[in-house]
Amino acid sequence: MEKFNKLNGHAIPLPIMNVDTDMIIPKQFLKTIKRTGLGQFLFFELRYDQNDKEISSFALNQDQYKGASILIAGKNFGCGSSREHAPWSISDYGIKCIIAPSYADIFYNNCFKNGILPIILDEKIVTKLQEASENTLNFSIDLEKQTISFVENNEQKEISFDIDAAKKNCLLEGLDDIALTLNKVSAINDFEDGQEKHTPWLYGNKI
Amino acid sequence: MTNKKTIYDKIWDSHIVSANEDGTTIIYIDRHLVHEVTSPQAFEGLRLSGRKVRRPESTLATADHNVPTKDREKGIADPDSKLQVETLEKNAKENDITYLPMSDKRQGIVHIVGPEQGFTQPGMTIVCGDSHTSTHGAFGALAWGIGTSEVEHTLATQTLIQTKAKNMCIKILGNVIPGVTAKDIVLAIIKKIGTAGGTGYVIEYTGEAIRNLSIEGRMTVCNMSIEAGARAGLISPDEKTFEYLKGRPMAPAEKDFDAAVKYWKSLATDDGADYDETVEIDAGEIIPQITWGTSPEDVVSIDGFVPDPKNETNPDKKKSIERSLDYMGLKANTPVNQIKVDKVFIGSCTNGRIEDLRAVAVIAKGRKVADTVHAMIVPGSGLVKEQAEKEGLDKIFIEAGFDWRDPGCSMCLAMNADKLKPQERCASTSNRNFEGRQGRGGRTHLMSPQMAAAAAITGTLTDFRDL
Ligand code: SF4
Repeated sequence: MEKFNKLNGHAIPLPIMNVDTDMIIPKQFLKTIKRTGLGQFLFFELRYDQNDKEISSFALNQDQYKGASILIAGKNFGCGSSREHAPWSISDYGIKCIIAPSYADIFYNNCFKNGILPIILDEKIVTKLQEASENTLNFSIDLEKQTISFVENNEQKEISFDIDAAKKNCLLEGLDDIALTLNKVSAINDFEDGQEKHTPWLYGNKI
Repeated sequence: MTNKKTIYDKIWDSHIVSANEDGTTIIYIDRHLVHEVTSPQAFEGLRLSGRKVRRPESTLATADHNVPTKDREKGIADPDSKLQVETLEKNAKENDITYLPMSDKRQGIVHIVGPEQGFTQPGMTIVCGDSHTSTHGAFGALAWGIGTSEVEHTLATQTLIQTKAKNMCIKILGNVIPGVTAKDIVLAIIKKIGTAGGTGYVIEYTGEAIRNLSIEGRMTVCNMSIEAGARAGLISPDEKTFEYLKGRPMAPAEKDFDAAVKYWKSLATDDGADYDETVEIDAGEIIPQITWGTSPEDVVSIDGFVPDPKNETNPDKKKSIERSLDYMGLKANTPVNQIKVDKVFIGSCTNGRIEDLRAVAVIAKGRKVADTVHAMIVPGSGLVKEQAEKEGLDKIFIEAGFDWRDPGCSMCLAMNADKLKPQERCASTSNRNFEGRQGRGGRTHLMSPQMAAAAAITGTLTDFRDL
């Protein structure tokens, strides 16, 4: 996985609460057997009308937000299905960081597996950042220092954020979880041996 | 500190493989269900890194999301769906994983197939690349949905890296009045705690009304834990659980069964164990529930009204109500029992089991589906279908004008050909009413099978007890 350290870019405001994974990527695009190429379908039904024409009022279709790498979203972002197609489409579109007051659990975890930094901030601050992003400001995110900084009205501003140390490290190092776990294969073997003695019916029994 | 534990604590503690330096824990996974949509990239990942499936016999695969529910013998028409199902079949074969193809009568929705086969058992950790894996919690298993990266992690290591969630107890006090189902209970729960109410928690459902539910009803409740934001939901096992499992193909047999039951009995939450949060709901206050909006927390009793954004003081919530009303094509303050429907969908992992179909048959018998409505019934598995036909339920359905189909996820998420058209309104027994969930522009009202059946008959959202 790619390492995440610093990110510089514009942000797209998406002030809607409970954005679910069906809104992020509708199911007609889940029929793929690949991880890539999903960015074009991100927020498909918010982005295009029923004749596949761009809806101009939607932020992703506005020139000022083209190329943005940060998304500033509403409460409970990413609720719904466990589909990793949601973070895949976000990342493929070019968004590497999301800022929101809260996330659904599975989506939040899926972000870290795909090199996306999901930042949690107080709802009021998120609303302020959404307003700031409408002026196409440049935001600098430093994961190591856990800060977001930007210049607004000639004033340098900095906001810090909290993040779980293990998750932070996983992004900073771009770690491969499977390789890390396989380093502990002897502990897995021991566990299975113990479990098979204690609850033998869990072993064997194929249909 | 007491050493009294919840069932979640017990299952967690007995599955710790190793505590990592960074505070995370490697948790052993006993069972893994695999379907076609969230697995191809995981198998591809294994191939690219030269890794193998660690324990194929603990994994069960079936195709459900994409499969047609009509004219199966013609195969899958959509080339992308077809490729996805074929890819699963190929991956299962190459990795020696049991796969139930469309032609097998045991095929169906993963969360219906697992329990039916006895693959799901108390005390297990169970995962699947699907958020409704929480369904299996009905057996006192710790079951949760994962993304594709974690599917790959589970295949390769039979473990996952986790942090422990908090314990929440939802206690349903007293018993429900007749006609109130498991679906009404869970909708009432989500109305009370909201779609983010369970975030960071594993919910245990307790209380008389939960104990009184059948195992199938308990599955309906646990199924929608994810709509309440929880990582998982579970119910301590009891005699009903053991009785359900006895004799199932993959359940422990004979001597093993007795040993297993002894172990399963030790799993229930200890008296006096602490929860981080407890929510109590009075069962007697619940009447049939439906959703009016585009979030599963938009719940109202069948005698209620579509809400008025004017009465909402929180500006975000107000905006969200306005947005939902607009999408749903509803006017504020409309009595919900005057809302007309075009479609009815009875099925899904929430309500696609035999008891659900029996309940629908009681209402359908001797009545007719309204002329203005197309009502489909999609059994959750081939075995559910077979059982229903053995009992003659199919004849009652067909006689009443329902469309009786083959098993699969179908219009729960509309990935196959079963979809709503824009603006079509549907009474549905599934679990999500998100924008576009049942087809682009489609409008979904969630409810129990009885209520959906009544909507089919009258063409309007109706309290089925008034029929
Ligand atoms: S029936 Fe619906 S909720 Fe259940 S697994 Fe299928 S798509 Fe998901």
